[in-house]
Amino acid sequence: MSIKIENLTKYYGQQAAVNDVSFEINTGEIVGFLGPNGAGKSTTMKMITTYLTPSSGKIYVNELDTEENSLEVRRKIGYLPEQNPLYLDMNVLDYLEFAAELESVPKANMSKAIKKMVDICGLGDVQHKDIGELSKGFKQRVGLAQAMIHEPEVLILDEPTSGLDPNQIIEIRKLIKHLGKEKTLVLSTHILQEVEATCDRVLIINKGEIVADGTPDSLQHKFKGQVEINLILKKDAIDKELVLRAMSSIKNIEKARIFKEDDNTIHFHISGSKGFDAREDIFRKIVSMNMVLLGLHQEETSLEDIFRQLTSSK
Amino acid sequence: MKNILTIFRKELRSYFNSPVAYIVLVVFLIITGWFFTSSLFLSGVVTMRNVFDIIPFIFLFFIPAISMRSFSEEKKSGTIELLLTKPISDLDIVLGKFFAALALTAIALAFTLIYVISLTFLGKIDTGAIIGAYIGLLFMSGIYISIGIFASSLTENQVVAFIISFLIVFALFMLNKVLVFLPTSIASILEYISIDYHFGSIARGVIDSRDIIYYLSGITIFILLTKTSLESRRWS
Repeated sequence: MSIKIENLTKYYGQQAAVNDVSFEINTGEIVGFLGPNGAGKSTTMKMITTYLTPSSGKIYVNELDTEENSLEVRRKIGYLPEQNPLYLDMNVLDYLEFAAELESVPKANMSKAIKKMVDICGLGDVQHKDIGELSKGFKQRVGLAQAMIHEPEVLILDEPTSGLDPNQIIEIRKLIKHLGKEKTLVLSTHILQEVEATCDRVLIINKGEIVADGTPDSLQHKFKGQVEINLILKKDAIDKELVLRAMSSIKNIEKARIFKEDDNTIHFHISGSKGFDAREDIFRKIVSMNMVLLGLHQEETSLEDIFRQLTSSK
Repeated sequence: MKNILTIFRKELRSYFNSPVAYIVLVVFLIITGWFFTSSLFLSGVVTMRNVFDIIPFIFLFFIPAISMRSFSEEKKSGTIELLLTKPISDLDIVLGKFFAALALTAIALAFTLIYVISLTFLGKIDTGAIIGAYIGLLFMSGIYISIGIFASSLTENQVVAFIISFLIVFALFMLNKVLVFLPTSIASILEYISIDYHFGSIARGVIDSRDIIYYLSGITIFILLTKTSLESRRWS
């Protein structure tokens, strides 16, 4: 296993930014830390990368304690901090060389390693430019290249796509997905689509605690709440009351109400109990009453709903 | 050692990538040049004395100005986090930055060798005293720089870093100027702590181990303080 965290706690003054968190990340996994701003994602990452030390608890990266073997751990990790800090006055190649030297990439492999990163991250056209002149998307690529220059086993990316435009986000995600194939990769985000798009596993963090842990699919399954069905009927001479009563009589349907009405259609909102698909019964009922069915749609609980459910202050 | 060199090269390059290095070098040379020529042409004396006397004063501003950005800028832009999560020790980072600032100062001092060379055409110079003065100035800048870097590690605001380091350096520099107001028991201790007191004897060409020990221990203390200040992020 690659990263093991035991009862990790970090206090800033009186406030616990991370509170008694334990989890393990296996080699080769792409794990997303998901949580609202200030949930403790960055703090956890800063402790894994040895920038901060835990108030209590232990972190092991490849069996090495981050406090006792700090330098060894740092060698195994590639890190892209939040906001992607860079030396803006250096040009791309000089900066990558600087990073490679600090990571003790052997002199003989240096130019090869730099060239490889330039190719993988698509920096060929800008390699002689100053970093300060680059667009945000290219800066992000430089940040990624710097983090991977020594081919680390573990890659930790703190909000790798924040502040990018939609095209850049897709490119960076593609790059991350590509890189994640060979490495253990931990990334944090507060954007849900990001996790759905890139991660094998999601840890939802809120107020310093892990509130959910699993694959995006398994979380959706586990947190399936009430089923919501939208039903649209044609409006010619239907008895609304009759429809409502008919719907309520169906097994597992708890509530039916009119949601919207316009010239030609009536929209019904029907909620059923957890994990039950009532669409077939509804369809038959409507047909038996000889009404015109224009739409029938069951809403899946999205990761977004789960996220809201778990992280909204209760 | 290799890591210190890596940091050193990067720092020195970034001095010359920004206007800071050029501005302070030019200002430094204008001021020292004025003092050199005025003593040469007005009083007609073949001496470096005036230049060496004024340099410690110029350094009061010059060195805080070049060392103020060393950590403040990294803190402000967040690159400190990049640096401190690379597999190098905090001490290597501090030393790399220290020697880079020292190198820039040495470059500034090297330009004043032009004055020395031109003097050799005009008369006999006291070579021993001049060599001693240069060694003394280098040690003195070492202390100034270690203070400047320490101040820079305390804040992400360069102006605040400049003011803090100026105040510390100024206090240490002025200590032996206020001795007359103090009882002799304290005076001798304060005199020993004063930077200028030790420079005085080296500038006369006397290289005393006590002065060297003073400078080296001062530099060590402030470098260790800087390292501690970097580590303080881990305290909680």
